[in-house]
Amino acid sequence: MLSEANVAAVWLTLKLATITTVILLIVGTPIAWWLARTHSKWKGVIGAVVALPLVLPPTVLGFYLLMILGPHGPIGQLTQFLGWGVLPFTFAGLVVASVFYSMPFVVQPLQQAFEAIGARPLEVAATLRASPWDAFFTVVLPLAKPGFITASILGFAHTVGEFGVVLMIGGNIPEKTRVVSVQIYDHVEALEYAEAHVLAGGMLLFSFLVLLALYSRKGTSTWK
Amino acid sequence: MTFDKAIHARFQVAWPGFNLDVELRLPGRGVTALFGHSGSGKTTLLRCLAGLERQSVGSLNFKGEVWQDDARGICRPTHRRPLGYVFQEASLFPHLSVRKNLDYGRKRVNGGHKVSLDHAVELLGIGHLLDRMPDRLSGGERQRVAIARALATSPELLLMDEPLAALDLKRKSEILPYLERLHDELEIPVCYVSHVPDEVARLADHVVLLSEGRVVAAGGLRETMARLDLPTAFTEDAGVVIEAVVADHDETYRLTRLDFPGGSVVVARRQESLGRRLRFRVHARDVSLALARAKGTSIVNLLPATVVEVADADTPAHVLVRLDAAGTPLIARITRYSLDHLGVTPGKSMWAQIKAVALLG
Amino acid sequence: MKSRFTPLLAGLVLAVSSLTVQADEVQVAVAANFTAPMQKIAAEFEKDTGHKALLVFGATGKLYAQIKNGAPFQVFLAADDKTPAKLETEGDTVSGSRFTYAIGTLVLWSAKPGFVDDQGEVLKKGAFKHLAIANPKTAPYGAAAVATLTQLGLLDAIQPKLVTGENISQAYQFVVTENAELGFIALSQVMADGQMTGGSAWVVPSNLHDPIRQDAAILAKGRNQPAARALVEYLKGDKAAAIIKSYGYAL
Repeated sequence: MLSEANVAAVWLTLKLATITTVILLIVGTPIAWWLARTHSKWKGVIGAVVALPLVLPPTVLGFYLLMILGPHGPIGQLTQFLGWGVLPFTFAGLVVASVFYSMPFVVQPLQQAFEAIGARPLEVAATLRASPWDAFFTVVLPLAKPGFITASILGFAHTVGEFGVVLMIGGNIPEKTRVVSVQIYDHVEALEYAEAHVLAGGMLLFSFLVLLALYSRKGTSTWK
Repeated sequence: MTFDKAIHARFQVAWPGFNLDVELRLPGRGVTALFGHSGSGKTTLLRCLAGLERQSVGSLNFKGEVWQDDARGICRPTHRRPLGYVFQEASLFPHLSVRKNLDYGRKRVNGGHKVSLDHAVELLGIGHLLDRMPDRLSGGERQRVAIARALATSPELLLMDEPLAALDLKRKSEILPYLERLHDELEIPVCYVSHVPDEVARLADHVVLLSEGRVVAAGGLRETMARLDLPTAFTEDAGVVIEAVVADHDETYRLTRLDFPGGSVVVARRQESLGRRLRFRVHARDVSLALARAKGTSIVNLLPATVVEVADADTPAHVLVRLDAAGTPLIARITRYSLDHLGVTPGKSMWAQIKAVALLG
Repeated sequence: MKSRFTPLLAGLVLAVSSLTVQADEVQVAVAANFTAPMQKIAAEFEKDTGHKALLVFGATGKLYAQIKNGAPFQVFLAADDKTPAKLETEGDTVSGSRFTYAIGTLVLWSAKPGFVDDQGEVLKKGAFKHLAIANPKTAPYGAAAVATLTQLGLLDAIQPKLVTGENISQAYQFVVTENAELGFIALSQVMADGQMTGGSAWVVPSNLHDPIRQDAAILAKGRNQPAARALVEYLKGDKAAAIIKSYGYAL
């Protein structure tokens, strides 16, 4: 049913979404934590920057990433200095772009989870001799579990659905940067509707199932 | 030596619209009530003692150990202060069973366990709850677990922030006996925040009265509660606390006699056995004065007393009269008219007629 | 009743028709690669004829979809010859109005001066990481690029280095940001007023691929519109031809 090229695109997409989600959980957790706790005047600025991909057309993000990651861009110069070459047209480049692109979908649910937990459990843990790190791992993480699940699902699903940014910096290379959404676009543009249907239908089903899982999940323990 | 056994605290907190500025010496044992109306700063002070109030500036010397001295850049974080803290809401970790909640703090304490887990569990009567999750507990049970959890860390100082405030009357009366046992059986000093006079009267040995972020009065429970020079906010509810011993039961009339240094009062039959200590509270509004021992009155409790001082009450029509009944202070709230009419002045011997006593416990 | 309103109605009709005569406009759908020359031509057209050309730029495929779905375009300048032909067979053009207004020139270009030699030898040396092309399935310049590489016998060797833009603009973007060292793009993208705007280039000989014909046609909505007819005639004229050539198109 799936052509070899389509299988490759699906596999690549799943790999990209998985790696992106893992990185976002690692990077997004401290950002979300900071946003949930700080009273700094920079909170608004950082919050807005994180949320930018929600409102920006992906092409804008893709265009700037192409410039920044390119051989004359600041990150591009850094990666070249480190001997990694430049990131556009590479899988690593897609990961970097996806991390930016899906950031709000991971950071915001985490931030909400952390805000809902509030400062009290940490204070309680401190009066029970737990250091801040200790308290974070033994109290905050377990209590924020629903937030982490939501963040992972949304981050993964949103990366799977990513199109504009990938198009801008991917270069459409089979098995490296040609993900499902780009493959669908190519099929449609080339009037290969049968092939497009298989992938597009699969994507539709996947997205529906993800959202179904998300919306039918029962709220777990809340802080009392 | 006494200096070393005490707790010296000095804190300043400045927030928009609120300032806390206190200097305190708290005794190194017994229960000290931080008493005041909401907004008086009592919870903030408690949080300062615990190191939870980041913006506080000051110093804290605990029995000779410096826990905080901002002038010298010393501030032990909360988790390095050997204290137990009971929050107003039980704040149990919802993802942990009662047993694991109890273990959470205990596991993190190195060295001697002055309070064993079994002792804490037994003291609070929660042995049958250990394997439950917090959401399967009643409000009173949760608060008992929270207290046991704090005790299980073998704290050298126990801080309690209105642990009964979130509970209804029935739950309160369920916990109060446990708190009294703490008081009787543990050596550690306790700071107990409350705005309920009866709670303070029942549990505390010392009182710190707070108003608008300042210490208004501090000292022993009986002396402080009997003072007349307190802001009106406290005099509305003026009264004294008397500690007495169950002296006799009268089965015919179903009465119990309670003796105390200044005399005795008779109350409705109590369950306590003879010799048990009991505290009761006499509100100023329940005390009237007479020049001679009244005859033909339904009031049973009449005590001879000497007028010590007279002060303004909460309304211009009334005054507060402090009396001394052979060493036991009493306060009467009478009209200014009666004051002049009876010629009440310091030194005068009178009879205090006690209409009602509120037994605590 | 009728007699009372007839003069009024006549006046209204007159007013409306004079309005359309005064503002004689033509709505033109233009392939994105022809943006710059068309803006110049439209300005000259307005000056010389008094008609006004309202230009809408976009990808040929998208414009085709819009035309099929009732867009009010009167003239269509496509990036290929297939799309206007398709519209003609589907009856959406004024028959006989179709003509080639420009022939695209494929160029191998790099933003770096001296990177591309004027014989295209750089392709054989292969000293580059990425070569950008437009999507050969959908973009005429992409198809021409693949045809060229095939003709040179280099397609298999270079295939792993190909990065594909969805269209010729994206391929240009890859190259101009130097994320790809070089790419096959349209000469018109790097040429203005008869001059190369920078970098280094090899103009691909036209015998290496089929000509990239860009055809135009008057659409059904342009039937009986003098301004539409006038624009098409103007495009065929000398003034337009000079502009078109100055942007690197052949005729």
